[in-house]
Order: sequence, then structure tokens, then C-alpha cells
Amino acid sequence: MSTKEKTWWWVGGVLIVVYCLFPIAWIVSLSFKTTADLANKSFLPSSWTWENYSTILTGTASDLFLPALRNSFGICLIATAISCLLSMFAAYAIARLDFPGKKLILGTALAVAIFPVISIVTPLFNLWRQIGLYDTWPGLIIPYLSLTLPISIWTMSAFFREIPWEMEQAAQVDGATTWQAFRKVIVPLAAPGVFTTAIIAFFIAWNDFAYGISLTSTSAARPVPAALGLFSGASQFQDPTGAIAAAAVIVTIPVVVLVLLFQRRIVAGLTNGAVKG
Amino acid sequence: MASIEMRNIVKQYGDGYPAVNDVSLDIADGEFMILVGPSGCGKSTLLRMIVGLEDITSGDMVIGGKRVNDLAPRERNLSMVFQNYALYPHMTVFENIAFPLRLSKTPDDEVRRRVNEASDVLELKEHLERKPANLSGGQRQRVAMGRAIVRQAEAFLFDEPLSNLDAKLRGQMRTEISRLQRRLGITTVYVTHDQTEAMTLGDRVCVLRKGKIQQVASPRELYEQPVNLFVAGFIGSPPMNFLPATLEGNALTTPFGSITLDEKRVAAVTGRELLLVGIRPEYFEDASLVDEAKRPVGSLFRARVDVTEWLGDSQYAYIPYEAPEAITAQLRDLSRELDSEELRTQAIVSIDSTSRIREGREAEFWLDSRKVHVFDPQTGENLTRDAEAGARLTQMATEDRVEQVQEAQASGQTVGSSVIDGPSGTSGPSGAHRSGAA
Repeated sequence: MSTKEKTWWWVGGVLIVVYCLFPIAWIVSLSFKTTADLANKSFLPSSWTWENYSTILTGTASDLFLPALRNSFGICLIATAISCLLSMFAAYAIARLDFPGKKLILGTALAVAIFPVISIVTPLFNLWRQIGLYDTWPGLIIPYLSLTLPISIWTMSAFFREIPWEMEQAAQVDGATTWQAFRKVIVPLAAPGVFTTAIIAFFIAWNDFAYGISLTSTSAARPVPAALGLFSGASQFQDPTGAIAAAAVIVTIPVVVLVLLFQRRIVAGLTNGAVKG
Repeated sequence: MASIEMRNIVKQYGDGYPAVNDVSLDIADGEFMILVGPSGCGKSTLLRMIVGLEDITSGDMVIGGKRVNDLAPRERNLSMVFQNYALYPHMTVFENIAFPLRLSKTPDDEVRRRVNEASDVLELKEHLERKPANLSGGQRQRVAMGRAIVRQAEAFLFDEPLSNLDAKLRGQMRTEISRLQRRLGITTVYVTHDQTEAMTLGDRVCVLRKGKIQQVASPRELYEQPVNLFVAGFIGSPPMNFLPATLEGNALTTPFGSITLDEKRVAAVTGRELLLVGIRPEYFEDASLVDEAKRPVGSLFRARVDVTEWLGDSQYAYIPYEAPEAITAQLRDLSRELDSEELRTQAIVSIDSTSRIREGREAEFWLDSRKVHVFDPQTGENLTRDAEAGARLTQMATEDRVEQVQEAQASGQTVGSSVIDGPSGTSGPSGAHRSGAA
């Protein structure tokens, strides 16, 4: 690659990064502005303040935001765990076993994944109210599973397909039952896949707004994205933008932390050395 | 340790294609059996049926007197070395080798003792704490072997274990496997497509073609008394030359002059119009270098040499010849089936490395006619096969084996002392008696 070519790649890369990160930088900047400062027509706040953060963490908005944060964490983690576990079994079966209806399962998963959420929200709202799931944690976990399971099954079965068949056969010859081979050989090898899947599933659940706003009504189950929409200023003339920005920054942090934490575990090539090199 | 008996084993895939077709094979206790054949001949499928990774469509698989058709792999107590080793990358070498013992809930100190013994034998001591990813190909191969020998299995199964190693290492591991098998005296089934491995390792070799057994015999018998064109062409490197011939009186007329046959062989081949003569490269010689005493047992002919290859210890000359269309087509089919692509009809002739025969010149060759075989071009059958002589060769190989096993066990190291408790070689000959007839 010539120097000129390299320069262009760098310029292109920087442009893309700026394009992607600019809204985030802006949100961060907004979260440090005072209410009066919001429309100061400059990127940086004229005076930095923690006021917005104290509003949502200890101030007037805290009884809206803190329970929502707890709900979001709880619901998303549970949904992620369930969907990882279920999709692990499903994906293993899809990758390894030959059974009728295999294509149907994959097809259905895909269909569910592309089905527009908004079209089933209203019927679900009615149904949930009748069977008592409205405004409860399970009431959100179940629809979140429908969002996370399809994609989990697809990614996980791709990972399982990568693991050489011989691994499992060797384990069986060595005296393992199918379950032992799965648990002691396949699952450890699929760990990077499980982590990747878990992160993707968690993000999907974490980012959901449509279910969160429609299927909840109180802080009993309302997740953060829905709560953000309900923020109001101290008076109706006051703009809650600063508080919303601060909350948005806070909910972004776990996502970033998750990626930083697990990116080392999402190393492809864990299977290096399993077979001939 | 146990014998393995296969009776009319058939493996049919979903599309009805029989990958293994009516295979019956007895492998004696302590015997080293090689399954060999070109790709797609069903050798690996057969091995996987023994170990239980492949269902058996019909027939009986009997290991140690017990029918195992419906048993899961783990219930058969066999150990296997896979072609790509299939080591567990998330475990250390120690845990890899210990894995079968851990599964059988062996106590910890017993595990440590047995793994250490196995790693001593395979010289893996200093690598026990490393992960497979950090090992070289040869070391990984040894770990895979360690995992196989660490437990008291009924038999070892090898699926082309050396094909991923480079040539030098392959040679070393080959002798290592041979030594190990003798020392442990364990029944071994070894799949390969490499005929050097087949010839050097096996007590007996089973040649498969399109799912059917062609011949089961000692390497020597396969080489000297092949049962048909396929076996004759498959065993030996460079391969046997096949020349078209017609019988006139008691001599065969070939592109390389006439070859006189003895009465017994004449009787065996009369009544057929066109024949194929099979002559191994080393039955030829540069006529000027043949002893006077040997000359009368062969015939002389002159031919133009196309190419010569001098390899230091040996020399090969390539001699083109004309053949009828039908024969040419058949030889081409045969070579394709043997995974090679023979483009022209030419004989490969081994001559002494001191010979000064030149490329592009005519030269005089001598041909030892005592050992030539005559094949029926239609059926491929070897018309001049001496079954008795063949059986004798295999019988000798069996006796050798029993002796070797006893010797190796008397002097050799042991792995997991109880492994070699039984006098393993003793039941061997019974297996060999059956072999000659194959």
C-alpha cells in the first residue's frame, strides 16, 4: 500500500469515526449544560455542571429514573440468560442433529426476527392486561425473548458449526455420554460464541422502547428507555433535555463496559490447536 | 484386549449408496490390521463403524465375543486417534490425556500415575502443562496417542494418524507406533491410504475397493501374490506395469518381446485371447548388468527409453509402448481408481543405479519372467496366483508377530502395568489361518 493510499484510508477512517461518535459527544456535552445553557449555540457548555446528573440520581427525576434502571438491568439480564440457555440447546440441535423441521425452526426464527414489533404491541397490551402480565417483569421478559431468541439461535448455531465434529466424537469414544461431551467439550469451546450472543441479546433487550412504553405503566416494571420519554422539567416551561441527556449517558455506560469487559473473550481462534495446524 | 470380528457388514447411506458392502473380516487379538485403499473405498467408514460413530446398516460387529452393533461408542471401550487429532483446546496436555480417566471417575492419584506413565512413553513430560495450541504437529499427534493408551482399551483405532505430518516426522512416528503396538500387544486397526504405512506397520493388510474387500493378507503376500489387477496395481511403488499380451504356445507375446511361462502358468492362462501381464519394476534390469547365471531365467528385449530418473540409490527408466485401444482405456480407468492419472502407456523399469542407459536411446533390458503375473483383462482376476505360496507368506508373518510381541513385552517398558497382563499374542495364529483364503 502506498503512502498516499494509506493517508486516504486514515482520512476515511477518521471521517467515519467522527460521524459515528459525534452524536454521543454531543449528548455528553448536553448532559453537562445547565438548562439556560442548552441553546447556547456552541458545542461545549459555557459552564460545566453536574446538575443534570444530580437531578436524575438524587433529585426530582430520581424516583422515575432509579427504579427504571433497576428494572432495565433485571429484565434484560434475565431475558439474556434465558435466551442464551435456550438458544444454546436449540443451536446445538440445529448444528449437529438431523431432524425433521430443522429448516422450519430456522425459518420461523428469521420470520419472528423481522416481524415488526409495533404491529403486535397493541394485541399484546390487551392480552397482557387480561392475564395479569401487564406492568410486570415477566410481562417484558417474554416479549424480549421473542426479540433476542431468533438472533441468538442464528449466531450460536454458526458458532457450533465451527467446532469440529471430531471434538465431540473423540469425547464419546473417550467414554463421555452425549451430555458430558456437550458440557465438557462443546460448551467450553462455544464460550466465545455464548458471550457474543449474550452481548447481542442484552443490547437488543436494553435498547427496546416499543414494548417498554406500551406494556408498563408504573415504576414496577418500566425500563429506562420508556422512563426517559416520561421525563419532564421542573415546570412545564422547563426543558428536560439536560436530564434526558444525562440519563442517556448513564445507560450507555453499562453497554460500553460490557463490550470492554468481554471483548477479550470474544476472541475467535479459541479452537486453534484443536486440530492440525 | 480383544479380537474384532465383522460379519457381512453393510453400510448404506440415505441415498442407497453402499459405502461398505458385505465386509467380513476377523482381526485377531493383538493383531495390527491395516485398512487401505484409494479415497472413497469405505475404509474410514468401516473404522467408524467399529468404534460406533457410524451406524451399521446390517451385519454383525463382534468385539471380544460380544455383539456391539447397538452399543454407544463409550460402551465399546475402544480408543481412537483421529486424523486431525481432535485434542481439546481448552485443556492442558495433562487434562487431555487424563480426560478418559476423568470420565470413568478414576481416583486422582491413579490418574496422575497413569498420565505420567503414558507421557513417559511418548516423551511428553515437559509439555504436560501446555495447551495443544502451543505444540508442534508431532507433539499434538503424541498427545492424541497418549489419550488413546492411557486407558485399558480393548483395541486401538487409528484414522490416518500420520497424514498431517511432514515426511520425516511421519517416518519417525511410524516406527514409534509400531514399537508401541508391539509393546502393548493391543489389537490395532489402522486406516491409511499410504502404502508405505500399510506395508511396514501391518501384520495383515486389508485392501478395500468401493466398499468391498479385495484381499486380506500379509504385506508380503499382497505384494507377491495379489489376487487381482486392483491389488497388484495398488500395492507397490512405483506401481506394477501392466502390458497387453497374447499367448502363443507356451510364451506370451508382449510389446517387450516374448515371455516364456512354465507349464502350470500356461495351463492357467490358456483359452483367453487377450491377457495383461503384470511385471513389477524391479523384475527388469539393464541387460548389460545381469549376471550370466541369472540370464537364462529371464528374457531380453530392446526398447527406446523415454526418460530416466536417477535417485542415487536407485534408477528408473520410462519405456513407452503401444497397446490396443481396449487395454489403454482399461488401464486408464484403473489408474484413475487408484487416485493417479496415467496419461500414456509406459512401463516403469527399475535399473541399477550404476547403469549408463541414456534417455532417448535404445537399450537392451532383461526381464525376470519367474515372478510375472498374468491377469484377465475383463475380470481383473490374477490367473497365475499361487494361493498356497501366499498363505505360507502370511503364516510366516503371523509367527513373526507372535515372537515380536513376546520379545517386546519381555524387554519393553510398560504402560499402566495391568495393560500387558495377558499374554496377548497367543491367540494370533487362529486369525492368520483364515487370511490366506481371502
